[in-house]
Amino acid sequence: MAVSDFVVQRIYAPAPRRSVATRLLEDERWLAAVLLLPTVILLGVFIAYPFVEGVLLSVTDARVGVPGHFVGLANFVALFNDSIFRIAVWNTFVYTIVATIFKLALGLWLALLLNRNFKGKAFTRAFILLPFIIPTVLSTFAWKWMFDPTFSVINWTLFQLGIIHSRVNWLGDPNLALISVIIVNVWRGVPFYAISLLAGLQTINPELQEAAAIDGARPWQRFWHVTWPLLLPVTMVVVLFSVIQTFADFQLVYVLTGGGPANATQLFATYAYQLGIGTGLLGEGAAISLAMFPFLLIIVVIQLLYIRRVEVH
Amino acid sequence: MARVLIRNLNKFYDKDVHAVKDVNLEIRDKEFVVLVGPSGCGKTTTLRMVAGLESISSGEVLIGDTVVNALPPMDRDIAMVFQNYALYPHMSVYDNMAFGLKMRGIDRGEIAKRVQDAAEILGIGELLRRKPRQLSGGQRQRVALGRAIVRHPQVFLFDEPLSNLDAKLRVQMRVELKKLHTRLNTTAVYVTHDQVEAMTLGDRVVVMRNGLVQQVGEPLELYNTPANRFVAGFLGSPAMNFAPVSVQDGNGGLRADNRGFTIDVPAEIGPRLRPYAGRDVILGVRPEDMQVANGSHPPGLCFDAMVEVVERLGSETLLDLQVGEQTMVAAVEPTISAKRGDKLRFAMRPERLHFFDVTSEAAI
Amino acid sequence: MIEGAKWRRWVFFYIPLGIFILWLLFPFYWMLVTSVRPDRELYRPWMAPNYAPFWTNHPTLVHITDLLTQTLFIRWMANTLFIALLSTAISLFCGLLAGYALSRLKFRFAGALGTGIFITYLVPQTLLFIPLADIIRSFQLGDTPWALILTYPTFLIPFCTWLLMGYFKAIPRELEECARIDGATRWKAMLYIIFPIALPGILSAGIFAFTLSWNEFIYALVFLSSAEQKTVSVGVTSELVRGDVFYWGQLMAGALLGSIPVAFIYSFFVEHYVAGLTGSVKG
Repeated sequence: MAVSDFVVQRIYAPAPRRSVATRLLEDERWLAAVLLLPTVILLGVFIAYPFVEGVLLSVTDARVGVPGHFVGLANFVALFNDSIFRIAVWNTFVYTIVATIFKLALGLWLALLLNRNFKGKAFTRAFILLPFIIPTVLSTFAWKWMFDPTFSVINWTLFQLGIIHSRVNWLGDPNLALISVIIVNVWRGVPFYAISLLAGLQTINPELQEAAAIDGARPWQRFWHVTWPLLLPVTMVVVLFSVIQTFADFQLVYVLTGGGPANATQLFATYAYQLGIGTGLLGEGAAISLAMFPFLLIIVVIQLLYIRRVEVH
Repeated sequence: MARVLIRNLNKFYDKDVHAVKDVNLEIRDKEFVVLVGPSGCGKTTTLRMVAGLESISSGEVLIGDTVVNALPPMDRDIAMVFQNYALYPHMSVYDNMAFGLKMRGIDRGEIAKRVQDAAEILGIGELLRRKPRQLSGGQRQRVALGRAIVRHPQVFLFDEPLSNLDAKLRVQMRVELKKLHTRLNTTAVYVTHDQVEAMTLGDRVVVMRNGLVQQVGEPLELYNTPANRFVAGFLGSPAMNFAPVSVQDGNGGLRADNRGFTIDVPAEIGPRLRPYAGRDVILGVRPEDMQVANGSHPPGLCFDAMVEVVERLGSETLLDLQVGEQTMVAAVEPTISAKRGDKLRFAMRPERLHFFDVTSEAAI
Repeated sequence: MIEGAKWRRWVFFYIPLGIFILWLLFPFYWMLVTSVRPDRELYRPWMAPNYAPFWTNHPTLVHITDLLTQTLFIRWMANTLFIALLSTAISLFCGLLAGYALSRLKFRFAGALGTGIFITYLVPQTLLFIPLADIIRSFQLGDTPWALILTYPTFLIPFCTWLLMGYFKAIPRELEECARIDGATRWKAMLYIIFPIALPGILSAGIFAFTLSWNEFIYALVFLSSAEQKTVSVGVTSELVRGDVFYWGQLMAGALLGSIPVAFIYSFFVEHYVAGLTGSVKG
């Protein structure tokens, strides 16, 4: 038996000598620095540095291939007077607000529907996420094709159902274009909202609902007084991410309309692209991109404050 | 010599919280020392400083003759058993036990031998291929022990290892731990809040409170001659009875007077208590030292009490007594018949009385 | 299930759910049908009497074969795969290390750095793309996959870090402490104990990062110019439109095939993807 091994008289052995590197990495602060270094470098070079560059660019009149001269706030003044820019600002806000409201409402509805147990639930849940998974540009092309004024299957369906009587130019009609783009954005975003809110719903104790039901609350009241307050934290986070992405959206509009017709769907991002890359006016393009920043900042701060308040509650 | 020397050890958290206050302790080679006290008393913090998991604010820890303050845990040649076992969930029992040895570059043959030996000692040979989640609480505990044993450390550290086990298992494991220590013959430092574990497992016991060491000594020493009221009340179950008494002159010696009872102070204690004449002190007497009075007890030590609650444990009977305005517990023979409302006469064993200073709470 | 009469179930549950599913999935069906529909049917105006949208009686593979043989589609797929895999790898690497540091080590700037990383996650690509184009050019990375492989992590790392932090925080401290007493350095404890236990999280982060980078568009559009370098999204957008004519058959075929890798990986790891998505929201 090995009992004897344990009874062997041992002299306490001195600790092994450790290299400088090992000793350094045992220290929490040094290890943290080493671990965070790659991230800090990458984010520093490709986010912080461009951000600063962007600010610098926006106060010059740089063009592609032509280094710029300092022009102060001239770009911003020009933008302020630019009617297209004003339209783009308006469009972006309408786009973001309307799309978010619909995504939230429909996403919530879908989440409530999915919160039941039914056959094929897991399957359904997996398929539902497809609009969010599939590369946006590719699925947007499908919508573009579906919206095509001559070949639209949507038009055909609506015609067959007797809802319309002549061709509807979803993307070419200035009055309809923004709505069409919003529809596609909502289509893409609902799954994200639905799955996230579903996860939030599933953390709510069903006994709370049952207790409310026994107390006599109707379904709508139960939702409003029990479910919704508990869902608020998750909702706020989802809305925060979504609003930022929607406000800065580019892909959808680029593919569907390119900003037209007649700037009816022009957004911050598409206008920045058009001026900066398309026309090569780097300074002004950078200014447009940067103009997004204060709005985004306000939105983020408001939402973060709200989230903090909801959590403290 | 794997002794552990703790010199003037202090731990501060955030400048205000003084968790460990100037602790001095020598744990001798092969000794099993228990640090015991209520939660927050600093026992775990002290242990973690010995282990190297907590930084030392001031003072020194020596293992053997080496000051280990600056050494990382891996270089101190210690092994620790955690309250929650801390088994690596993604590894089999074998790999759990082999992990430390692998980290030290010990060759595979030696690892296999050590793991097998430890598994045999602990009776977990069949579990080597299983994952922790497939084991019961007691089995996990053994694996945690095995993991510590295979390292052949100089010092074992235990952080409340039995707290997560159910009562019956705890008693069983206590006995096994004691047997294990005899077999392994290695220095051990054991932290617990359970005074039964302290009494049964420790060669010596260290009682701590609020970061300060209250008393160090062999279990019975602490039990019979507690240094202060806290130690007296902490060890022993049911706990010692405390009653405020005022020291009066009378009957040729001193008397301890409480509105519920008055007893003669035994002659041996008299001289110690004399400086307190005319003042209040605290009398301490353990439940088992309160007996139902029969003729053999000197009348000066007897008093009347009314029985409030009777708890029959089978091996003894606990009587909750109302003595004047005082509540006291007496542990008497199971053959004593008493019921609620009975008025009985009790006596305290004179050689088992304790007195404590009211302000300093130190034993007189 | 919903209590109550059967008609209620249909009105309040089955029908709405059905409509949702139909609405969300129809475009993909349309993609599929269009890809295999011959041109003469394809270019039939919807007002024409024999417009039969929902199926075709003469399915053809010509769009797909043309796509694969006459365009650089396969090259684009390879590019995108390469870029997605590498940027995911880089992001996971950085995210693992950063997530571990922020969630399990105590050091002075932990809070500030954590917030900083969170903030970078909120900076949209459309804010940075113009100055970044300049920077990429000056680094001479323009028109190479490296322009994307190095810039994609800017939005992948914050997400990975955040997600992994959630998983790391759930691992009890004692496991690491025990490993360190057993003889492991902090580094080894991280590698052998923490990372293996957090594997589900690593998988979730990886899957999510992969789909995010496959989905990215504006950086790819701006930084890449020559046709051979393009990713699927950019290639389909710019190269399949010749003059003003949209080759819808090929376009839809491209859209369909371009979606397959992501959908494929997604189908194996649905639970992980959903965990990644909800983890990022709940954390």
